Amino acid sequence: MSIDKDTVGKIARLARIRVTEEDKEKLSAELTNILTMIEELNAVDTTGVEPMTSVVQVKMHQRDDVVTDGGIPDKILANAPEKAAGFFVVPKVVE
Amino acid sequence: MTNLTHMTIRAALDGLKKKEFTASELVDAHIAASEAARHLNCYITETFDLARDAAKESDARYAKGEALPLDGIPIAMKDLFCTEGVQTTAASKILKGFIPPYESTVSGNMKRDGLISLGKANLDEFAMGSSNTTSAYGHVLNPWKREGDDRDLVPGGSSGGSAAAVAARIAMGATGTDTGGSIRQPAAFCGITGIKPTYGRCSRFGIVAFASSLDQAGPFARTVEDCALLLESMAGYDPKDSTSVNLPVPRYADAIGGSVKGLKVGVPKEYRVEGTNPEILALWDKGAQMLKDAGAEIVEVSLPYTKYALQTYYVIAPAECSSNLARYDGVRFGQRAEGDNLIDTYEKTRAEGFGQEVKRRILIGTYVLSAGYYDAYYNQARRVRKLIWQDFMNAYQQCDVLLTPTAPTPAFAIGENQQDPVTMYLNDVFTIPASMAGVPGLSLPVGLSGDGLPLGLQLLGRPFEEETVFKVAHALEQAAHFTALPQTLQRKAA
Amino acid sequence: MSAIIKGETGDWEMVIGLEIHAQVLTNSKLFSGASAAFGAAPNAQVSPVDAGMPGMLPVINKVAVEKAVRTGLGLNAKINLESVFERKNYFYPDLPQGYQISQYEKPIVGEGEIEIDLPDGTVKKIGIERLHLEQDAGKSLHDQHPQKSFVDLNRSGNPLMEIVSKPDIRTAEEAAAYVTKIRAILRYLDTCDGNMDEGSMRCDVNVSVRRPGEPFGTRCELKNINSVRFVQQAIEYEARRQVEVLESGGKIVQETRLFDTKNGTTRSMRSKEDAHDYRYFPDPDLLPLVLDPAYVEEIRNTMPELPDVKKHRFMKEYGLSLQDATVLIGERERAAFFEKAANGNDPKMAANWLLTELLGALNKAEKDLSESPVTAEQLGGLLALIKDNTISGKIAKEVFAEMFQTGKDAATIVEEKGLKQVTDTGAIEKLVNEVLAENADKVEEYRAGKDKLFGFFVGQIMKKSGGKMNPGMVNDLLKEKLKG
Repeated sequence: MSIDKDTVGKIARLARIRVTEEDKEKLSAELTNILTMIEELNAVDTTGVEPMTSVVQVKMHQRDDVVTDGGIPDKILANAPEKAAGFFVVPKVVE
Repeated sequence: MTNLTHMTIRAALDGLKKKEFTASELVDAHIAASEAARHLNCYITETFDLARDAAKESDARYAKGEALPLDGIPIAMKDLFCTEGVQTTAASKILKGFIPPYESTVSGNMKRDGLISLGKANLDEFAMGSSNTTSAYGHVLNPWKREGDDRDLVPGGSSGGSAAAVAARIAMGATGTDTGGSIRQPAAFCGITGIKPTYGRCSRFGIVAFASSLDQAGPFARTVEDCALLLESMAGYDPKDSTSVNLPVPRYADAIGGSVKGLKVGVPKEYRVEGTNPEILALWDKGAQMLKDAGAEIVEVSLPYTKYALQTYYVIAPAECSSNLARYDGVRFGQRAEGDNLIDTYEKTRAEGFGQEVKRRILIGTYVLSAGYYDAYYNQARRVRKLIWQDFMNAYQQCDVLLTPTAPTPAFAIGENQQDPVTMYLNDVFTIPASMAGVPGLSLPVGLSGDGLPLGLQLLGRPFEEETVFKVAHALEQAAHFTALPQTLQRKAA
Repeated sequence: MSAIIKGETGDWEMVIGLEIHAQVLTNSKLFSGASAAFGAAPNAQVSPVDAGMPGMLPVINKVAVEKAVRTGLGLNAKINLESVFERKNYFYPDLPQGYQISQYEKPIVGEGEIEIDLPDGTVKKIGIERLHLEQDAGKSLHDQHPQKSFVDLNRSGNPLMEIVSKPDIRTAEEAAAYVTKIRAILRYLDTCDGNMDEGSMRCDVNVSVRRPGEPFGTRCELKNINSVRFVQQAIEYEARRQVEVLESGGKIVQETRLFDTKNGTTRSMRSKEDAHDYRYFPDPDLLPLVLDPAYVEEIRNTMPELPDVKKHRFMKEYGLSLQDATVLIGERERAAFFEKAANGNDPKMAANWLLTELLGALNKAEKDLSESPVTAEQLGGLLALIKDNTISGKIAKEVFAEMFQTGKDAATIVEEKGLKQVTDTGAIEKLVNEVLAENADKVEEYRAGKDKLFGFFVGQIMKKSGGKMNPGMVNDLLKEKLKG
């Protein structure tokens, strides 16, 4: 299966990464190459095999419901590219 | 006092206790060495002043007899670990200037034990790569060179800066992270030792995430024992990481020197991969013989799904990273590009902020998770992962550790081997399977190639049996007696 | 509104499903230790985890899990002992991680069912599809600046239960009753405060129309409606809109719409974006949530009596009407108040006094039951005085008014004001004789057939006694005397 330029454009949009026509050309080839390698997995018979997400075999730890964090607005905003009156500031979405 | 930079951590701790030298002297020697080796580009951010301050505090403790376990030992900290108050970039443009208001658990553990960071070590951007040639802050150079060849070689990746720093003797140890081989492969390329512990052994809290189900922190050092000392400091249960495993941390250094008599060392036939450098294959046989001579039993085992590990990795790791890197959007931290509206800003910020390899992986990851492809690629990969894990569990019924090569080639020159992504991916063919299964893996230097480059062998153990891995590795280290120094250092010494 | 919409070309039926987002009552957030309280200064309740900063990881809140299970039991639903958290991936400034941690294929709670109470007294069963836990997003303010939006992440990471109904609802009234019942259950269980004004409970309404008997039509989703009244209005408008579109030959576009509270209409939220591809996958920073059956049983054992069970018990045990029982169980505090007041008294009288007199007075004073100057015990005290004839029902109203004003006990007020009812037969007989003697002519007229005069005599007696004579006894004696 190949990833054509159109598909590259669609994926890039989903991933919010700007790609030029030139980028799409190059990426189409590179991603198709990777996909071809990945598709070798289709040869594996995985009937009856459960998908594995974590190799960890223990029960998940649950936290006590206590406030132990937050209350640090200055630290949270310290690295913000743009901020005002305690808020993060971003350009508007165009409806 | 150049011999201060050629010691093991064990010896240095001895020396500090015996007051043969001070922590400040030790740290200063390494700062001087770091400055002299700046052309290697090991550090993205140097923290020499902080290190000097820390050394003073260390000396004060030594004077009072209250030294911490690893007090005063200078290390390099891979710039993937968030360090409070110190720039953390993940070698990316998009995080330039980011100063975390928090500390990663692992780096915090190391501070707790008195280790002193000299700086944030360079790496492949967002830990994606096997050559440290994708950093936005420049390549890292391997201190090793081929005999009679002046070309710059790669240190391996992604933890290239960390490995090169230890090999070049500008740090006594270093931290790395390993997702598909990013500690083990650079350790092999740089002629040092590195271990990726069992998944869940070290906390991932505060480590910039690449592939959450694979990332693990681990140490680099010049000896197996030093690695054991560092891992003991780094490891431990962390309730802030839901995938952290609540098991006590053994005194790993105690495993050093144990006998391997009666231990079964498995040699998996599927690791005899076409295209592997014949010298490496020969070394692999030699390594097996060395262990046999030390009393271990060599057993041939089979891990049939090994040949699918690479493909599985290149579905799962990109999928997870495509989601983990969505937070880099220029809104709350990092660099932001100017855009006309929100989407424009997002797209420009990420296009400008991410390098090519990172973009490729995000795009492939987005693709395999997208509607219509999820079951064919992502789910299929997760099922194959289960089979790969099963392979290891089966093999460990017949042996205690596995012995394999670490990398298919020695360090290559910058620009060599790098025509297309897939060729680069093959660098990790021996290291990836252990990552998929979450088992611990260590690489140590066992021999040299014909043109004088270090060659490593890999030992893989059962989950949470790092002690056995260290024990066998030490036995192999003793037998191999690898004393070669990087050519650049030899020249200096001469 | 009837279940059938009469269109120009025939009958139509509405099909409605609701998705309710309820904020779980916890101190801290679902996956971080920051506070989940309402109303703080911007970004004051944000941990680096909530801000999606590099290297941050989620750790689940055990109380959120417990309350989700508790709610599931309250919905008579199946608890899934193994559930999985998945990432829902999309980009928006109030979604710091670039994904929301939610549950997709394997939610913590499966199918269930609740009863809803309709105004005409009927009860209908509505199916629950599922309940899952998920993070709330932060808030964006778009009106602070012409070109920029301001983002506050306080709400980011707050624990939400998403409760999805089956499409069993057929009228706007049923929808209102469903929301009301869900809210009551959540408040009974203390798993959500149901405060729609503060946004701790929000409704997304799915509406479609069809010819009766035909398969479901295309539905539209009306997002983020935050009052029961608006839910009804939105459904009524949307159903009519869809009927009009279909009757004029058009097709319903499956889309998300916003309800405009000012003019009671819905409008399309469609943006230039393609439909979202959320690329759900299990969150690798978390493990599957595995619950012990014993854990679920323990929660079941500590469940309070649920509204519907209480309703049925009230009808059986206290002989209350469905109407009264339904109102009384509407709030757990109200039901508890009733039972305390009814203890040892006539329950129907207690219900009446609570629903009419007390709630009426509270309404006027703009207070709610928790702020009532008259406690349940005190109301019970008043009822006891009526029961043992210390005061008449009429005097009781006076006493009650005084209790409400002063907070004093009924007995105290009766004592202080000398309002004790006279039940001494001798005294009553004396007064009756007096009045009859004073109005002998009227007595003649009564005996001759003018029955209406009975009321006149009663009035006179009451006037002379200052209303303090037991009316029943007065009536009986008067009747007797008038017989002649």
